[in-house]
Amino acid sequence: MADQTIDALRGEPFFLRMLKGIALLRESGVGMIGAGLVLFWVLVAIFAPLLAPFDPLATLQPFAKPGDPYLLTAGKLFNGQAVEDVCTLIQEGANQGKYECATFLLGTDQVGRDVLSRLIYGTQRVLLFAPLATFCAYAVGIPMGLAAGYLRGRTDGILSFVSNVILSFPVLVLYVIIIATIGASGTNIVIAVTFASAPGIMRIVRGLVLDLRNREYVFAAQTRGESAWRIMFVEILPNARGPLIVDSCLRLGYTIITIGVLGFLGLGLPPPAPDWGGMINETRQMAMVAPHMTVVPCIAISSLVLGFNLLADGLREISLRD
Amino acid sequence: MLIFIMRRIGAMVLTMVVVSILLFVLLELQPGNVATKVLGPYSSEEQREIWLEKNGYNDPLYERYFHWLGRAVVGDFGESIKYKTEVSEILWPRLGNTAILGAATMAVVIPLALVLGVLAGMREGSATDRSISVLSIVTTSVPEFASAPILQAFFVFYLALLPGTSSMIGGFNPVELILPVMVLVLYDFGYVTRMTRASMAEVMTTHYIRTAVLKGLPYKTVIVKHALRNALIAPFTVVMLQINWLLSGVIVVEFFFAYKGFGFLILDASLTGDIFMIEACAMVAVFVAVATQAIADIGYTYLNPRIRFS
Repeated sequence: MADQTIDALRGEPFFLRMLKGIALLRESGVGMIGAGLVLFWVLVAIFAPLLAPFDPLATLQPFAKPGDPYLLTAGKLFNGQAVEDVCTLIQEGANQGKYECATFLLGTDQVGRDVLSRLIYGTQRVLLFAPLATFCAYAVGIPMGLAAGYLRGRTDGILSFVSNVILSFPVLVLYVIIIATIGASGTNIVIAVTFASAPGIMRIVRGLVLDLRNREYVFAAQTRGESAWRIMFVEILPNARGPLIVDSCLRLGYTIITIGVLGFLGLGLPPPAPDWGGMINETRQMAMVAPHMTVVPCIAISSLVLGFNLLADGLREISLRD
Repeated sequence: MLIFIMRRIGAMVLTMVVVSILLFVLLELQPGNVATKVLGPYSSEEQREIWLEKNGYNDPLYERYFHWLGRAVVGDFGESIKYKTEVSEILWPRLGNTAILGAATMAVVIPLALVLGVLAGMREGSATDRSISVLSIVTTSVPEFASAPILQAFFVFYLALLPGTSSMIGGFNPVELILPVMVLVLYDFGYVTRMTRASMAEVMTTHYIRTAVLKGLPYKTVIVKHALRNALIAPFTVVMLQINWLLSGVIVVEFFFAYKGFGFLILDASLTGDIFMIEACAMVAVFVAVATQAIADIGYTYLNPRIRFS
């Protein structure tokens, strides 16, 4: 069946082929759940300005529990309008005389910022930096792996040794040393992830190339007199894409964890901008009184990583079925 | 075999040397920075000059490197900037604490992951297999810094069963180890389980297992006497390599639970710029990683008769 599907896909426009490829995923239950989770967070990131009820940096009302109302006294402004005009007056109870303007669905943090809004805007940062860093790691790792696997000899020896040295570091030790030395910023996180992940990618690509370099189409290309670089990138690389797509999903999930860990250790993207790992670190000391501030970003990051891992598992299942 | 071991150890030493050069260049390329770190930002230019001269920092880089390496090999890493004592005095007790944490984690991870992996791989595609696989994906998706607050909120704040920190202020207390170990186990066992499952599933498709089943042996005998022996070779490597991962994990867990271990030490050293401590910690971390890798390779070769006798 799979061969027919692939044959049927040939000759169609690239875009349509991609859509049909994605449609194959429906055969895998876990893959669909993973894709759904990832899609959910991607949509949240794209529509963040529409979805977030408040400004993620505005300090509103500290330590509100999930579901607590946003209370203002008369004379204040809400969204640029007078409280008396847009909010409802509370008639009885402890807050009598105050105006209820909105509800904090997920509560607020220790300085009074809306957790939901910070979570939503935090998605943007995670889904910007993680794919960017992973892409850079592949941009470095793939040519290295192709060169090592195809050219062999001394190139392979040197590249493999370099990657062995980098991979011999416990990965977080490497991140901590790099970031603490060069400073914490978005660019530096991308550099650190590239440096630490490229060797692993190189190893995978090298292994795939060692298998593919003895195929007949490679010999045919060599006989035609194609250049080594053309053979590597045009003949070999496209045929290695299957395992690389699965790996990239796993690696994306792992990069999200890395960015989260760095934020958690205080080495991530600088505050006060919303960052999931940073949110966990800033609020964990107060988790005893207000656990929602810490637990909410924990669940968010876990569900996003889970999405990528399930997606990778589904893709692997489908690719093995072919 | 002996030649293989010698070569493996040779590669290990070479890696360590390259790592040490990298670290040294990264941290001590500019002597001025080192002097500023040691003497503080308010030291005068003159003081720094004197310190540099006294500690041989005006020598060329390679001479300084060999000097440093010579002392590092015998365990003398210099004086910690933060603690004002010998680095080794701080380092070894901390490493011991982490070894306790790691050993406790491994003591749970290994039996748990092997049993689950074998159960899942025994009948590929069964309901047991699928539930265990999904469980292991889910637990590896929850990073330590996310599971730690969730478990803390549940066991410490909600149930009030366990202590929330593991600083061991009143002496060593095993109860304080429970939460950190739980966090590490949750994140780590999934990977070992999946690898054991894959190995077991592969063995179950081989001809000799089919023969054993067709011969009419009880299923239990087939699994215990025939399948397990080969299926458990690969997980041995995975478990050894897992120690490298554990060294990453302990940084987060020790930071979160304020456990006075090696992970917390290296993080603290990096954040405060305690150069000699970073160098010592990183060398120890890489040594542990490279050594376990070498043991994994040698052990794999020894355990696998197909390689041992060829």
